[in-house]
Amino acid sequence: MKQFKAKIISNKKIAPEHYILSFKTPRIAKDTKPGQFFSVRVSRAYEPFLRRPFSAHKITQDRIEILYKVVGKATEILSMKKKDDILDVLGPLGNGFSLEPTADSPSLDYARDRQPTALLVAGGHGVAPLYALARQVTNRKSRTLVFIGARTKKHIVNDKELRKLGAKVYISTDDGSRGYKGSVIDLLKRKARAMSYELGVRIYACGPKPMLKEVAKLARRYKMPCQVSLEEYMACGIGICLGCAVKTRTGFKLVCKDGPVFDAGEII
Amino acid sequence: MNLKVKIGKLKLENPVILASGTAGFGKEIKDFIDINKLGAIVTKTITLNKRKGNPPPRIIETPGGLLNSIGLDNDGLKDFMFEKISFLEKLKIPVVVSIAGDTIDKFVKLAKELSKARCIRAIEVNLSCPNIHHKGTKFPLLAQDRKAVEKIISRLRKTTTNTLIAKLSPNVTDIKEIAKAAERAGADAISLINTYPGMLVDINTMKPKLGGVTGGLSGPSVKPLALKCVWDAYNAINIPIIGIGGIMDAGDAVEFLICGASAIQVGTANFVNPHASLEILDGIKEYLKKKKIKSVKNLIGRLKI
Repeated sequence: MKQFKAKIISNKKIAPEHYILSFKTPRIAKDTKPGQFFSVRVSRAYEPFLRRPFSAHKITQDRIEILYKVVGKATEILSMKKKDDILDVLGPLGNGFSLEPTADSPSLDYARDRQPTALLVAGGHGVAPLYALARQVTNRKSRTLVFIGARTKKHIVNDKELRKLGAKVYISTDDGSRGYKGSVIDLLKRKARAMSYELGVRIYACGPKPMLKEVAKLARRYKMPCQVSLEEYMACGIGICLGCAVKTRTGFKLVCKDGPVFDAGEII
Repeated sequence: MNLKVKIGKLKLENPVILASGTAGFGKEIKDFIDINKLGAIVTKTITLNKRKGNPPPRIIETPGGLLNSIGLDNDGLKDFMFEKISFLEKLKIPVVVSIAGDTIDKFVKLAKELSKARCIRAIEVNLSCPNIHHKGTKFPLLAQDRKAVEKIISRLRKTTTNTLIAKLSPNVTDIKEIAKAAERAGADAISLINTYPGMLVDINTMKPKLGGVTGGLSGPSVKPLALKCVWDAYNAINIPIIGIGGIMDAGDAVEFLICGASAIQVGTANFVNPHASLEILDGIKEYLKKKKIKSVKNLIGRLKI
C-alpha cells in the first residue's frame, strides 16, 4: 500500500519562501530513491482540491524530507502544519534518477582510472530532488559538481548543505547578487566544455522546462548521459488520469509514472 | 442489510462503481483498494483504434473541481483484448467497458468484439466526452442529439445482449428527452453525468490553461447540477440511472440515491483519495444502519417533497 498517514517531525522555514518538512515513515523511506516523489493531501477541504506532488529532498533510514516553496494556497496550508500533525501521503511515486550505466551511456566502471563525475544542475527550487541525489552520489565517492541558478541570492537554498556533503557548488543569479550574473546554463557550459574529454561524466537536472531543454542540448553536444526531472500538473499521481502527459520523442509519456525522471534525449 | 442493486442484467453486490477514466483498467488502482469489494468497475473509455490524446497541459484544478482535456488517450481495442483484459478477467465483480467511436460502425464493431469476452458484462456507451470531436451529429456532442442517441443505442441493442448503459451529458436543453430516447432505443440504464464543458484562461499569457483549449469539469462543484439531472431523468424514465458527478463521500452518494440513482459512480474522488470508493461504501452502510433502512433499494428516488 502506497497510501499512508505520516506524522510530521518538523516543518521549518529555511528561506523567505522555502520550507523543509520532515515526516516519519520507516518502511517507506527504505524504498525511496532520489528523484521519486510524494503526493500530499494538504487538507480535506475542496479547495485546494487535488493533492500536490513533492520530490524527496532528503531520504534517511526512517524519514523523508521535502523542500517546498510557498507558491499558492496548498503550499501555504502546508507551511502552517505543525509537529505531530498527520499528513495523508501517497508514495514513493514515479521512477528515480539512475546512477547505473545503460546501453548508450559509458559505464562508470569503464573510467577506472578516474573518478566518475556527476554534474547536478538546479534551476530555482529544482535543487529539491537533486540534494537527495547528491547525498547518494557523494556516498559513492563520485565527484559532485552542483550548479544552482536562482533569481537573487535570497532564492538560493541548500548550497551550504551541498558543500557539507563535499560537493562543489557553483552559483548564478539573474541579478548578480551572488555568484555569476546570468544563467546557470552559461556556468554549466564552461565546466562541461572543460570536461568534454573526460569519461564518466553525467548530468542530472531539475528546473524550468526551457532550462532543461538547454541542458539537454548541451549534454547531446558533449555526449554526456543526462537525466532530467520534469514537472507537470497532476491529478492522481499514480498513472490513472493521464493528466500529466508530456511530449517525448516516442509519443506522450506520463510524468507521474514514466517519469518524473526522463532521459534528456527523450524530451522535446 | 441488503446492498444489492440491479442494473439491466447486472446484479451488483452494492451500488458503488468506479467511474470511467478514474480507475484505469483496474490494475492501476489495485494497490490501493480491494476492487472486489465494490459493485462494479467501468474501464477507461476505449476506441477502435489507438488515440494519443490531447496536447498538454491536460488538467487544471478549479475551486472544488478538476477541468480536464485528456482526449480519450487509449491504446485501442486490440491492446485491450490482448493486454488489459487479463487483469479484468480475474476480478469477481462485473466489468463494464466504456466505449466511444466517431461513427456508428465503430461503436458496433467495439460492442461486437467486446461481447465475445466472457468477463465483460456490460458496455457503457460514452456519448458525452466533451474533449473529442463528435462526428455524425450537427451538435457538439452525440449526447446532445436525441436522434443520434437513439440511432446508436438501437444499433448496439441489436449487436449485443450485454447490459447497455448510455452515458449522457448534462449539457443539454432537456435531459428528460435524451434519457427517454436512450430508453426507447433499448438501453438497460443510463449513467449521468459526464463532465460539463468548460475552460480557463491564463491572463498573463492570454492563453487557455488547457492544451486542448476547452475541457470537461468534474468534482464537487458539479454535484448540484448532476443531482438535478438525475432527479429530472428519474421522473422521466423507467430504466435505472447510475448517478455520477462530484461524489466525494457517502453523503454525496446517498443524495444521488435519494434523487433516483440505482447505483453511483465514484470518479474524480479517486484521484484525490484512491481509497474513496471503499470509504463511500462503508459510509452508505453506516447511513442505512443509522436510518434503520433494510435495503438500499428503499432509498432510491425517495426524495420527500
